[in-house]
Amino acid sequence: MSPRQPNPAPLESADWDGPYIRYDLVKEFVVALVVVTVLIVLLTVLFSSPDDRPVTIQQWSRTDPAGFVSTAVTELDGSSEVATYGPPYNHTPGTGQKIGPLNLQSAAGVHFPIDTARDFVLNPLGSIPGNAPLAGALKTYQAAPAAQQKSWTDAYTKGLDSATFTGGVPQLPPGDYGPVAPMMASLAGMAQTGGLDGALLNANQFYQTNYTKPLLFLSGGDYFESRAEEQHLLGEQWGMMNETGSYPGQVWLWLYTFWYQVAPFDTSENADAQVWALMMLLSLAFICIPVIPGLRSLPRHLGVHRLIWRDHYRRVEGNS
Amino acid sequence: MWTERIRSRAVGALPPEKLLPDRQPAYVSSWIYVFGVATIAALLVVVGSGVILGLKGPAWWHESGVGKFFNSIHLWAVEVFFFAMVVHLWGKFFMGAWRGGRAWIWVTGAIVFLVSIGTAFTGYLSQQNFDSQWIASEGKDGLNSVGIGAFFNVADFGQMYTWHVILLPVAVVALVVGHVLLVRKHGVVPPYAAKVARAASAKEPA
Repeated sequence: MSPRQPNPAPLESADWDGPYIRYDLVKEFVVALVVVTVLIVLLTVLFSSPDDRPVTIQQWSRTDPAGFVSTAVTELDGSSEVATYGPPYNHTPGTGQKIGPLNLQSAAGVHFPIDTARDFVLNPLGSIPGNAPLAGALKTYQAAPAAQQKSWTDAYTKGLDSATFTGGVPQLPPGDYGPVAPMMASLAGMAQTGGLDGALLNANQFYQTNYTKPLLFLSGGDYFESRAEEQHLLGEQWGMMNETGSYPGQVWLWLYTFWYQVAPFDTSENADAQVWALMMLLSLAFICIPVIPGLRSLPRHLGVHRLIWRDHYRRVEGNS
Repeated sequence: MWTERIRSRAVGALPPEKLLPDRQPAYVSSWIYVFGVATIAALLVVVGSGVILGLKGPAWWHESGVGKFFNSIHLWAVEVFFFAMVVHLWGKFFMGAWRGGRAWIWVTGAIVFLVSIGTAFTGYLSQQNFDSQWIASEGKDGLNSVGIGAFFNVADFGQMYTWHVILLPVAVVALVVGHVLLVRKHGVVPPYAAKVARAASAKEPA
């Protein structure tokens, strides 16, 4: 690249009437492509990529049968996190995060209706063929008044504290569990054979792509979270920008993740909505920097441009 | 005639010498300029490796050594892409690169960054491994909290895969093309005026 005589600049910067240099854009691009590709291949050869196998309900129920049954009974009695989540999964009064008075979560409505008792327990159990005692238990449970159902599930939940598990099947001390005990034993058995993983997918079609139900069921138990904690993926571990193993992950989410670590967001019940609102505002400001007074002229005062264009300033100021 | 009018306007705005010039202002000599072209180079590798992964199907890389290799290429290309883009953005911020009627160059670049975050996010959701499960489980709460989750279901692999392999990459590539064309139309932003009067060969743009 050699300096040329000053040239009126109709083809380049209208605000530049200084000298021009020869510049081979195509060559620069080809060299960049080769160098970047080599760098990427080198990183690939050295570090590969992580691929931790997904968690299944089968794996969960076999590894932690007590945790699985404890979660399942909360899905049945409607006290689980998913059962009381609110939109977009169900109508639960008083739910939905707010930004000030604005509850966008509720305004958007229920789009993926989930009744945890029906979808996570009763329907899967109802799909088990040739099990008359189970069919009877289901019939008894569904025919009972809500207060009776609650009495059975409350007793079962209490009984789980003293339960033992033989071959993954819960054994509770004697109590008034009604049909809940055989239902939970069957659900645990179904989960341990892998049947529940399939039953939670939409059963009306051959091809499946929507994993909302099994994922929500999994996320209700501690097993899923403990796996995430091992992989430093929890929120308080800056998990949103991490990925499994020692890989950089989504480091570009550092600012989004940062807000969850500091007050008032770290203790707010509306943290998700508040952080989202803040990030939307910051993103808009980022896009609009050219028209924001003060911010648009900040770089001139920071002086980093003198480092970037040091050759230029040396040339023009050296000639003064 | 519409065709003639469009051609005249296009050629008028970007004649070949401006679209693919063989000279640049003398101030275009800094390492910072490397990161813009490096971003585009990495994007090409991202798209190329993504096309191979897409053609073989989303489960291929879990079962095949060659598939794992291309998945790793895809991952590291994304990391290099973001690294180069962030350095490029910081560089352009410090240069005040929106001066002289170049605001839309900054705006398109900033939007590319934000849309790329969405593209990467849907990519992580499309991995079909534990990482995807956990990111979907955590990500849903943020999206649901502002109502987006009602229409953008992170637990629906089919929906996320469509966003990742078609909709968002097309948006990123289209925005990058628009960004580069704007750079070619307006030229590279000149330096802030020098401290001495004689050195003011750069007319300070607004």
